[in-house]
Formats: sequence, structure tokens, C-alpha cells
Amino acid sequence: MASPGRTVRFLHRQDVGPAEAWYRPVAGVSPAARATAGQASRCPYEKGAPLDDALAIHRLHFAFTVTFHYLFPQLTMGLALLLVILKTLALRTGEEHYNPAARFWARIFGISFVLGVVTGIPMEFQFGTNWAAFSRAAGGVIGQTLAMEGVFSFFLESSFLGLFLFGEKRLGPKGHWFAGLMVFLGSWLSGYLIVATDAWMQHPVGYTLGPKGEILLASFWGLLLNRWALWQYAHTMNGAVITACFVMAGVGAFYLLSNRHEAYGRTFVRLAVVVGVVAAILQLFPFGEAQGRMVAHYQPTTLAAMEGLFETQQGAPIAILGQPDIQKKRLDNPLVVPRMLSFLTYRRWRAKVQGLDNFPPENWPDMIPLLYYSYHMMLGLGTIFIAVMLVAAWLLWQGRLYTSRGTLWVLMLCLPLPFIANTAGWITAEVGRQPWVIYGLLRTRDGISPQVSAGNAWFTLIGFMGMYTVLSILFLFLVYREIERGPEPATAAPAAGGTRG
Amino acid sequence: METVWYCLIAGMIAIYVLLDGFDLGAGIIHLFVARSDAERRQVLASIGPVWDGNEVWLLAAGGTLYFAFPALYASGFSGFYLPLMIVLWLLILRGISIEFRNHIEGPAWAPLWDVLFCFSSLLLAVFYGAALGNVVRGVPLDASGYFFEPLWTNFRLGPETGILDWYTILIGLAAFLALTQHGALWVGLKTAGPVQERSLRLARGTWWGVAASTVVITWVTIHVQPQVYSNLSGHPWGYVFPALALAGLLAMRWFLRGQDAAQNDRKAFLASCAYLLGMLTSVVFGLYPYVLPASSNPAYGLTAQNAKAADYGLRIGLVWWTIGMVLAGGYFVFLYRHFAGKVKVGAEHEGY
Repeated sequence: MASPGRTVRFLHRQDVGPAEAWYRPVAGVSPAARATAGQASRCPYEKGAPLDDALAIHRLHFAFTVTFHYLFPQLTMGLALLLVILKTLALRTGEEHYNPAARFWARIFGISFVLGVVTGIPMEFQFGTNWAAFSRAAGGVIGQTLAMEGVFSFFLESSFLGLFLFGEKRLGPKGHWFAGLMVFLGSWLSGYLIVATDAWMQHPVGYTLGPKGEILLASFWGLLLNRWALWQYAHTMNGAVITACFVMAGVGAFYLLSNRHEAYGRTFVRLAVVVGVVAAILQLFPFGEAQGRMVAHYQPTTLAAMEGLFETQQGAPIAILGQPDIQKKRLDNPLVVPRMLSFLTYRRWRAKVQGLDNFPPENWPDMIPLLYYSYHMMLGLGTIFIAVMLVAAWLLWQGRLYTSRGTLWVLMLCLPLPFIANTAGWITAEVGRQPWVIYGLLRTRDGISPQVSAGNAWFTLIGFMGMYTVLSILFLFLVYREIERGPEPATAAPAAGGTRG
Repeated sequence: METVWYCLIAGMIAIYVLLDGFDLGAGIIHLFVARSDAERRQVLASIGPVWDGNEVWLLAAGGTLYFAFPALYASGFSGFYLPLMIVLWLLILRGISIEFRNHIEGPAWAPLWDVLFCFSSLLLAVFYGAALGNVVRGVPLDASGYFFEPLWTNFRLGPETGILDWYTILIGLAAFLALTQHGALWVGLKTAGPVQERSLRLARGTWWGVAASTVVITWVTIHVQPQVYSNLSGHPWGYVFPALALAGLLAMRWFLRGQDAAQNDRKAFLASCAYLLGMLTSVVFGLYPYVLPASSNPAYGLTAQNAKAADYGLRIGLVWWTIGMVLAGGYFVFLYRHFAGKVKVGAEHEGY
């Protein structure tokens, strides 16, 4: 390997100060990070809380904006698939009923898509604005995938979305189906290029280090076909399908329970449950399982922290419940399944799983409780989704689902849960990668913009918080109106005509 | 290789300005040229099918800049932190104003979005101009290649500049005038009746402002950034770019004259495109090889050579970029032809 450069830090490098100061539970960020990222040496003012610190605010800035953003793409990417299915059913069966159904979901898709676009633009900008050192080091590699997203998928989506939403009459049934398919392909391609970018940060491949320590692209196909990206993509997109299925099932259940638009309610529930039961099961096996084994193989520290495994052991248990105590290095009131973790990771009941004690503390993720909880929430919710979908699918097969009010209530109330599960999954991935912004290559604290102060980052973070509050209210209001009006609105929809006449 | 990417990215930004420029301009003028709700819908329908596709050029150009010149992306974006964040907020406001306006009919809904649409479009035009002014003037880069500019300091040129000083405000106003003109000509091209009449009248009035600001900013820029003049005198073929701008400016006036204006609407709009293209290419030509000059110490300036990514990536990029652009060009030709011609009044209810 080349010599470590100005921007690139290597694993195990001892630059974090005294060992006993590596972690203080009240501080979300290690003190070493504060000393290097802030201006402690120049500024006499005592920094008490981590939220005075530029690193913490840049992280919060990205976390907040990306969490809000991803609420919308997970719905639109999943709905894009369901819309293509609805349009295909309309084309194959010739039943007119499927067309108003598709239009109804296209209207909700349209509203969500606008919010996905406007909240997505800040994500691309933030790589440069808040993470300049990271961008300078890695832009030559991940700039490839991000630029390809713009050049390939954004143009595709934006051109065909207008045609899909507003051109049904002019395009005819087949042309409209094709426009829908292109929107689906565009959004799923966009998803791949973003996941490939994140996958490279999780598991960097296809690069070499230049003489000054800069990261240079060495293999384009290595970057694009990163093994990590393939599994992460399957897991992420399938998660989006689950979100869309629960939203569609929830709205369908709402119509059936309130005795309105019942024919559509049945179609929505049926389609969502049939697709949803498959997606919910695939999410655990093979997609989630493969993702977990990759973490175990390439990020063993992360696995130990996710599972709350403080000590290396043979026949390691998996924790169902229990709160990690970082200072005492244990789980409080643990409820565990013995030897399960060993089996899941290595397929042997007595296999040795490395605990946190096996790794230098400066390489532990810095928010272990958050990581532990987000992982467990994702896993717990995923299990609930399988159970709910299996029950609903069984009742559907028996022909009793549309009248089983209890199950319909459950389906309706489950509507927000996949959003939480998908968010928790991303928190697991991103917090799990800490303290690295590029795993093993660049520490997060070395990635921020050196000249953007905590004060300026706070200024824009607060601005985004205010703006996104307004966007949330608008979104809920407009989607609520669409659901109230139903699939066959009495008047010609002005919303649909919109601006695109 | 880096010169190729310098030109390609400049070309993408120019396309962005030409395309999003007219819908920004339409946003600036729509409160004044469209009085009733039906007329406002007419203006919105003239940009509705295309505005988000136009905006994608900004994202695609940004992404391409990121991969081809990562050091420029890092330095420029973190240095222009505040104006970029404000631009983001304005883009969000503007996007939802266009898309959500027609969801509900009512006196308390549409006018709110109309005003926000005008406000955000206007400020975006000024900020884009000011951003260009900052790049031309140069920024206080330090030895590590970073800088940070507050929104303003003392409004003077010097070592401690802010985003806004007299020069960048001047360029911002020039951009505002030029895009107003561009938008008025677009609306004139896409509409008929009273909206077209008012737009062309507005364009005639704005022309004098555009002409005056062109003279002023050209003279001032040559003094603020000496590189521009030295590039032009070193390579006199570069005068073709300012000549294009001048030709566009004069042609615009010619096509707007008298009673024929309504017949010449397409030519006038194309003349405006030529004017914008000429102005932008003059800047690009004048700054080369700099991508971000330093006002502090010329040696700290970022050039196409010292800000570029590794050659392997740039070569690979050329392959997929070309494929992607051919596809994107295809979509745009299809989209613009699909929605070609004048907007019909009441056409927005056609939908399904």
C-alpha cells in the first residue's frame, strides 16, 4: 500500500488520544473527533456538548435531510413496480377497472415523486457543501456513479413521468404502459446507482491510492458490480416494494372498512398482499441474510456492535431484548436465543463470533446504542411484516380476507411501519459504518468541509427543518385529499391536468 | 482530457441556463403578463411538461462536475455553502409552487403559489448571476484549496470578499434582466392572445435594460478579471463568442420590432438563446484554464489540470457520458415535439 496521505487515514492508526478517553456516553461523538474537527486549540470557549461541534452538525445535517428524503423514494420506487403491474393487468385482461386504479396510484405517485425530487437535490449538493474533504478524496470514484445517475436515470424519469402522468389519452394504452415501464426502469436504475455509491463507502473496491494518498478509480466494473452493491440493492429495493405494498394494502383496507370504493379496495388489498407476502419473505431470506453475512465478513466490528456482543464467544447468542450499557460492557435484562448468532453467521452452532473486545475501541462505531436499536427494530418489524402478510395471504386464499375486519384493521394500522423499518435499516448501515465515512480508508471526522463552521451548518440545518415541516404537512394534506376523493373522482381532476395540459 | 471535460461541463451548464432560464423567466414575469387564473394556467402549461427535465441538466452537470473535477466540487461547493443552500431552498419552493398550485381551486390557494413561484424564480436568477460573478471575480482560496465566503462583507472587491459585492450584484442584475427577457420570449412563443401580446411588449421594454447591462458588465469584467482580456488578445479567434452574443442581442431587437413581432416569436427566442450562449461561452473562454480563480494569490487558483480526477476515470466517463447524452437528447427532442406548438386555453383539463 502507498504511504498514508493527507486525507487518507488507515485502520488501526493510533491518532485518537488517550485510550481511556475514547468514549464518553453523554457525548455522541468521540472527544478526539471534537478536538480535530473543531477549533479547540484556537478558541478559548469551552465546548461542552457535541452539538457545538462542526462534525456533529454536519452529520446531523446529512442524517436529517437523507432520512426525510428517503421516505418518498421508498414509496415511489415500490409504487412504480405496482403501477407497472396494474397497467399490465389492464392491458392483458382488458378490464377497464384497472385503469382508474392505476390513475389513483399515479396521482399519489406524482405527489410523492415531487417531494422525492425536491428533497433529493440537496443530497447531491451536500457531498460538496458539507463533506468537501470526503468529496475531494473520493469524488473521482463515487462521482462516477452519482454522475451516471444524473445522466441516465434522471433524464429518463423526468421525461417519461410527464408523459405517464398527463399523456394517457394521447399515448394510447400501449404507449402509456411503456411510459410507466420507463418510469419504473428509471427509478430503479437511480436506486442502483445510489446503492452502488453507498456500497463503495461500505466496502471500497476497484481503487488504488495515488502518490499523495488520493483515491483513484482503477476498475469501473469493479465499482459498478461491487458484491456488496448487488445484495444491498436487492435488500433496499425489496424494502421499497414492502413499503408500497403496505401503503396500498392499508388504503385498500381503509376503503373496505369504511364501505367506500369497495371494488377498488378489494383490488388494492389483493394485489398488495400477493406481492407483499413474497417481498416480506424474500426480505429476510435470502436478501437480509446475505446482507448480514457480508457485514459479518467485511465489517465484523459492526456486527458485534449491532448485536450488542461485547465478548467474543463460541456459540454466541442472538439478543431479542436488552439495552446495551457501553460503560459496563453488557446488555441489561438480556433476552437471548442461545447459539443463534453463531448459526446464522457461520451455519455452525458452536462457531466463534468476535465480540467488541476483539477490536480496538477507536474502531468501534460511535453510537452503539442507536445502531443496536435500529438494527433490532428493522429485524423485529420485518418479522411482523412476514407474519401479517402470511395471515392476510392465507385469508385471501380462503376467500375470507375482504370480510375479516380484524385483519383489515391490522393491515391499515401497519401502513406507517415499513417506513420505520426502512429508515432503521439505513441507520443500521450508516451508523454501522462509523467511525469511517469510507470503510477502512477515511474517517468520518476527516471528511467534513474544513471551512464550514458549526454555526453555518446549524443555520442551514434549522432552515431545512422548517422547510421540511411545511413539506410534510403539504404532503399529508394532498395525499389525504386524494384518498378521500378515491379512484373515481366525481369531477375531472384538476390535480391531474395540473400544469402539463 | 481535462480540456474536453472543461468544455463538456461548460456545455451542460450552458444548456441548463438556456432551458431552465426560460422557465425561470416565465416565473418572473407570470404575475405581470397573466392576470386571470386561466391566463396563469396558460403560462404554467407552457413550462409544465418540461421544467423538471430542464432542471435535471443542473443535476447532471453537477454530477459530471463531481466526477471530472472533484477538487473543484469540494472547494467550490463548501466555499459557496450559504448561497448554494439558499438556492436549494428556492428550488424546493419553486418546484412545489409549480406542481401543487393546481391541486386545489380556491382564492386562498393558487395566489399563494403564484407569488412564491415568482419570488423564488426571481431570486434564483439573481443568485445564479451572482454565483457566476463570484467565479469570474475569483474567490479567497487558501493554500489547501479551500475557502469560505459569508453572504456579504463590505460589498467591495478585495481580500475579504463576500458572495455579494458590487460586482456580483451587478452580474446578478444582468442575469435577472437577461432571463426575464428569455422567459418573456418563451411565453411569447408558446402562447397566443393577450398573454403573448403582453409578453412581447415586456420583452421590448426589457431589451434596453439587457443591452445597457451587457455594455456595463463587459467593461467592468475586463477590469475585474484580467485573464479574460489576456485570453482574448492571445487567441483572437475567441472574439467569435462575444460576437455571437452581440449578434443575438441585435437580432432580438430586430425580430421584436413593430407589428411583425408575433410572427417572429420563434426567431426572437432563438436570438435570445444565441445571446445567452455567446455571453456564457465568452466567460468560459475568458477564464480558461481556470475553473475557479483565486482572488488571494493567483497560484492558489484551481485549474482544469489541478482539479481533475484520474485519467482512467475521465476516459471511462467519456464513453458512458456520450451514450447518456445521446439518450437524453432523444428524450428531449421527443418531449419538446410532443408538447410543441401554442398552449391551448383550457387544455390543462385534457389529462386523461
